[in-house]
Amino acid sequence: MTEEIIIAGFGGQGVLSMGKILAYSGIMQNQEVSWMPSYGPEMRGGTANVTVILSDERISSPILNQFDTAIILNQQSMDKFEKTVKPGGTLLYDPNGITKHPSRTDIQIYKITAAEAAAQMGSAKTFNMIVLGAFLKLKPLVKMENVEKGLAKSLPARHHKLIPMNMEAITKGAEIVEKV
Amino acid sequence: MKELKLMKGNEAFAEAAIRAGVDGYFGYPITPQSEVLEYLMAQKPYEQTGMVVLQAESEVAAINMVYGGAACGKKVVTSSSSPGISLKMEGISYLAGAELPAVILNVVRGGPGLGTIQPSQSDYFQATKGGGHGDYRLIVLAPASVQEMADFVGLGFDLAFKYRTPVMVLSDGVIGQMMEKVELEPQVTRRTNEEVAAQCPWATTGRPVNGPHRIITSLELDSAKQEIHNHKLQNKYKEIEEQETRFETIGCDDADYLFVAFGSSARICQKAVQIARAKGIKVGLLRPITLFPFPSKAIDSYSKQVKGILTVEMNAGQMVEDVMLAVNGKVKVAHFGRFGGIIPTPDEVVKALETKIIGG
Repeated sequence: MTEEIIIAGFGGQGVLSMGKILAYSGIMQNQEVSWMPSYGPEMRGGTANVTVILSDERISSPILNQFDTAIILNQQSMDKFEKTVKPGGTLLYDPNGITKHPSRTDIQIYKITAAEAAAQMGSAKTFNMIVLGAFLKLKPLVKMENVEKGLAKSLPARHHKLIPMNMEAITKGAEIVEKV
Repeated sequence: MKELKLMKGNEAFAEAAIRAGVDGYFGYPITPQSEVLEYLMAQKPYEQTGMVVLQAESEVAAINMVYGGAACGKKVVTSSSSPGISLKMEGISYLAGAELPAVILNVVRGGPGLGTIQPSQSDYFQATKGGGHGDYRLIVLAPASVQEMADFVGLGFDLAFKYRTPVMVLSDGVIGQMMEKVELEPQVTRRTNEEVAAQCPWATTGRPVNGPHRIITSLELDSAKQEIHNHKLQNKYKEIEEQETRFETIGCDDADYLFVAFGSSARICQKAVQIARAKGIKVGLLRPITLFPFPSKAIDSYSKQVKGILTVEMNAGQMVEDVMLAVNGKVKVAHFGRFGGIIPTPDEVVKALETKIIGG
């Protein structure tokens, strides 16, 4: 098994930390992982993206031009990454703020209204975990117990009290993801 | 037991330095390697192992602090990225001349000048052919993973002290910034002053009771003596070439074509090997791990087997010259590169193999 994923959105949406939690979850079940962020000027107020690879084998290139799954969280990222999904691959997006919806017919497209659900849950910070829950529903690559361990590893101890809320957001995401 | 962590390459290098029992880190921030200094400042090893962590006033100051620490037989490290490494070059030449051990990390970004903060491999010439003035070589280690960013701290010091010579770890923005799983070695206790004095009889650890003063210098005004010193250095570099060449091969046994690539380009080529083989093109990868000493003999050993060699580098064609020298016209060699901070994609690499080597 190798899953090559791009997660792309605005800086501040939790794109990088979502990728990190996914990578840590992979480590918790003995997978090989890589996490390669965009860095530099585009991080500062602009778009942010991270390539995450989970695999049972040694990972070759951490930088890719085609992905099994694209998780897209803003319009700029849609413009840039819709075309990078492999034929037969998966595109997951939050329609909030999207003006041009994905149009490819050779891939599976799903939507997750994570921004709306996070607002309903009363915490905008759970946004990225709702998206992660949706992704894991579509691609159950890591067991929930390992996601919980991954959260504990990637969050500093002072934030461990937030783990139950994050797990709740992951469950929420899995519930509300829909096929387009 | 070894500890498993998810870390950035820069952080892994810093953590490995603490665990290797390093005595001092002297640096100055620059993207894309600032996490080395940030991580060390956050970990505060000076409270645990006694390791000094110091942000110097400039790169020039940092490399001269390294010179001072190394002269005392201490394990000392500095890190920077391309423009900062250029500033350190005078000090690096002095370290080589004075035969001082040190580990220097360059997380390469695009140049020339201030260039870009994105990844590049355009400092290959600078690292392997001198960079500073005078007839000297650095041992140059090229990590291709976060694990190697950690491992090459220990290896770097082993080589630096064995040969009394500075070692450069030539990384790039990809390896520095990416996170991967890394297994960390257990903490090594820093050497005591007595241990340093016993293990480094050349170091300036105090005036010996009976015996000559120990002098660390790169200055010799008597040309006859300087020539003897130059011969000594050259013999050392020859020994390093014989003893310390390291490389890795992937899919080379049945290969009709060969990629030669180091660092993050080698990772991209691994993917390109998979893509090309799925298309029926039998290509392998030879990854130099040491850039000096360069695995010339290993590359030449494929010159009868393969129909062509493509070097893939994030520069305008630097290592390709060493590959051409290695095979000496026996097989076609071409270069494919992206630069200015652009990272080649695996598909582009396969296409370059098809157009420059197979169809070229």
